[in-house]
Amino acid sequence: MDSRTNLPNNFKYALRTSLPVLFGFMFLGIGYGLYMHNLGFSFLFPTLMAATIYGGSVEFFIANMLLQQFNPVSVLLLTAVLGFRQFFYGVSMLTKYPLQGWRKRVLIYGLADETFVLNYYVKVPQGYDETAVHVWITILNYFYWVTGACLGGLLGSALGMEIKGLDFIMTALFICLAVDQVRKEKSHLSSLSGMVITLVSLVLIGQRYFLVVTLLLLVAEFAVKYWHEQQKEEQR
Amino acid sequence: MTLMEQVLTIALAAVVNFLTRYLPFVLFTRRDNQRPAPFIVQLGKFLPPAIMTMLVVYCYRGIDLFQGNHGLPELIAGLITAGLHWWRRQMVFSLLGGTLVYILLVNYVFN
Repeated sequence: MDSRTNLPNNFKYALRTSLPVLFGFMFLGIGYGLYMHNLGFSFLFPTLMAATIYGGSVEFFIANMLLQQFNPVSVLLLTAVLGFRQFFYGVSMLTKYPLQGWRKRVLIYGLADETFVLNYYVKVPQGYDETAVHVWITILNYFYWVTGACLGGLLGSALGMEIKGLDFIMTALFICLAVDQVRKEKSHLSSLSGMVITLVSLVLIGQRYFLVVTLLLLVAEFAVKYWHEQQKEEQR
Repeated sequence: MTLMEQVLTIALAAVVNFLTRYLPFVLFTRRDNQRPAPFIVQLGKFLPPAIMTMLVVYCYRGIDLFQGNHGLPELIAGLITAGLHWWRRQMVFSLLGGTLVYILLVNYVFN
């Protein structure tokens, strides 16, 4: 079937499905744009970062890094671990997304959390072209996020002032994401390790390298735990 | 950081973030139904909570418990954010509530 013949249909269905994301992305995007304005950046920064990086938590983190010493190792490692979950979105989408073509590239580039949730869990009814709906949802979500970030940056300049305390939005975002993770965990070994190891590294190593050291220690801790469990399996 | 270094930082983050989305499609072929190694799958389940609590600590790295306002606005607003999110699990609601409390605290209570 040629997807272009029922383009309006697929688009309308995608638009309706993505409405909750419109609300969430616009709000957080505007918050992110305002946050970057507060840090002293022109609206071009949040807009271009939203368009190129396209990952909320990474963008907040990078905005912060831009004000510190150039530290490519931290940027690389932190972006990789923050994006690690997306690797598994890709694994889940292997059988759902087309094998090649421009649509495949769009779908992979825009594989953010919310887009994955919609494209993976929402069952596209018969009569619609599933891939076309997925592509529209991906494009719409991307558009919401970039527009929100741009509006936030512009709003910041229009207000012509910094809102003292607005920078707490980044802390609040990570607290919410942490609460979500803690509620999902079976044991709290991971969340507690993250907190304790980071605190100890911060005190012992200082602000420049503590994140990198924490990440290495967390992977080492997991490797020991994994190896230990393997040993137990073999003994059984 | 110079503008050049800022551009490099953003480009690096963009490339790495894209790679985390793209790699599965390079590493695994659909036909053989390949999957990542169990170690990687398990690590992917173990890390996310630790990364998030790590980033919360990262956000609090600058506060001084022994001077000024002892980090009280940050700690109070943080607890309120966590409480709101535990209660309603509505991201927009918790972010708005927590950030507004912090803005009020630093502008009118601890100023």
